[in-house]
Amino acid sequence: MAKIKTITQEQADIANSLYKDKEHFEKSIWDMGWDELVPSAACFSFDGKVDNHVAQTQPENRNYAETNSINKYVGDWRVVKPVWKVDLCIDCQNCWLYCPDTSIISRDKMMVGVDYDHCKGCGICSEVCPTNPKSLVMFNEQISNEVALTQWPVKTKKGDKV
Amino acid sequence: MNHSKNKKILELNKVEIWDGNTSNAQALRQAGVDVMSAYPITPSTATVEGYAKLHADGYIDGEIMIVESEHAAMSGCVGASAAGARTATATASQGLALMIEVLYQAAGMRTPVVLCLVNRALAAPLNVNGDHSDMYLTSQSGWISLGSCNPEEAYDMTLCAFKIGEHKDVRLPVISNQDGFMSSHTAQNVRPLSDEVVADFIGEFVEVNSLLNFDHPVTHGVQTESDWHMEHKAKQNDAMMNSPKVIKEVFAEYEKLSGRKYNLVEEYKIDDADIVIACMGTTYETAQIAVDKLRIQGTKVGLILPRVFRPFPLDEMAAKLQNCKAVVCLDRSSPGGHTGLLFNDISAALINTDARPLMSDVIYGLGGRDITVADICDIYRDANDEVKAGKLNGGILRWATVRGPELKYYGTGV
Repeated sequence: MAKIKTITQEQADIANSLYKDKEHFEKSIWDMGWDELVPSAACFSFDGKVDNHVAQTQPENRNYAETNSINKYVGDWRVVKPVWKVDLCIDCQNCWLYCPDTSIISRDKMMVGVDYDHCKGCGICSEVCPTNPKSLVMFNEQISNEVALTQWPVKTKKGDKV
Repeated sequence: MNHSKNKKILELNKVEIWDGNTSNAQALRQAGVDVMSAYPITPSTATVEGYAKLHADGYIDGEIMIVESEHAAMSGCVGASAAGARTATATASQGLALMIEVLYQAAGMRTPVVLCLVNRALAAPLNVNGDHSDMYLTSQSGWISLGSCNPEEAYDMTLCAFKIGEHKDVRLPVISNQDGFMSSHTAQNVRPLSDEVVADFIGEFVEVNSLLNFDHPVTHGVQTESDWHMEHKAKQNDAMMNSPKVIKEVFAEYEKLSGRKYNLVEEYKIDDADIVIACMGTTYETAQIAVDKLRIQGTKVGLILPRVFRPFPLDEMAAKLQNCKAVVCLDRSSPGGHTGLLFNDISAALINTDARPLMSDVIYGLGGRDITVADICDIYRDANDEVKAGKLNGGILRWATVRGPELKYYGTGV
């Protein structure tokens, strides 16, 4: 029987904290008139100066600017979504590595969850998942994750057509 | 601005014999362009060719990117400019038409690229000679557009283009126009400034939120939808509308260095003129001879030229045309189902003023069709007849210098 595994509260907090609206700006761009904008519609990624250590800083600790795309919700582009079944996952990090939208959240080489605010449902994470059955499976966007988990595909045997 | 110690020094004569393309190439050399991204096309080829030769001979310390199309040429300029480089290119006609999408990008991204546009007809029929249809194509692209009438003015305008476009209150791309062949290939006297004077005049390129500033990562060329597009366009257009202040300052500073005075609107003998012709490019010089000729015969005629085509100097134009009885606008571009652009702009300048001159529009000189002193004298005489009659003779818009039956449109028999 597979090892039962759950994410910790700490990991859940990280997942939730990442994509909430930040209040770094003294004034939101939504309160600015045309005269207060930066010329050229340039969008800054961070507030203030960025040092060399930003790559080693976790996203939740980065000083993202309001205009950073992390604050832009694009989840409604999706038709199908990846659902993660935690007890099948072996934390191989394939999905994290291959996701083109950095929408697989991982900490200390342990998967934390899917960022549904930015995932566009391309299915690459599911494609590269090596477990049997897969721990990331694409479901119709309208199906809730709870229901999806009850409809999980069964393990395939050698010679089965997938 | 590049500072290589290996860069060779070019000694210029006090007076050089340059055609307009050489003027451009030398102006670009002196301006210290960091990146030229170009795809040469007649009649602007020699601008790029001349610059490339100066580069190959060691007089320029910059990068030249020879790309696969004009679209790529302007894209290269926009990218390099956003990265923090002083950039320039040259094109004409079909090249400009292929480039036009990126012209809007350059303006919206506020990259102060300089484009040496050597005005040429747009096909079809295919034609390599000069008219203003490519200049008119840029009229709403958000570029500042400066006009010149000879190689010396082309040199001056190309230099001023950098100073104007890169100014902190402007930050817009600038076109330096000149007529294909009539200016670009006609060698004339040009009195250039020294390299040091130009370097002091234009100064260092000032980066604004440049892509290569790794301390402040930034995205350029972003997408905005109905939420922000209009505010950004308002800001861009406001910079354009306020640019004449900077243009006047730059022209004044340039006058001190060169002794050559430029204005938003140039005029020739219009103070007491009854009939004023408005035109652009080399025609302005031809028309000066016609004015002198007719004045000897006692006809009070004058001439006006928007030195700055965009932003259109509407107020200055209106102020100068308050006392004349007729304004004839010469448009060197087939208007495609309306009156010509110069006519529209000048009519808009006068529409709410007390002046009520007879306004008419003449399409002329398409595809390099010659416009002679005699042709212009005829246009003045026709306008003189209309002034005497107190009304236009048959239509607002007519075609001149064309073979076949008379072409007149828009009778406005209200």
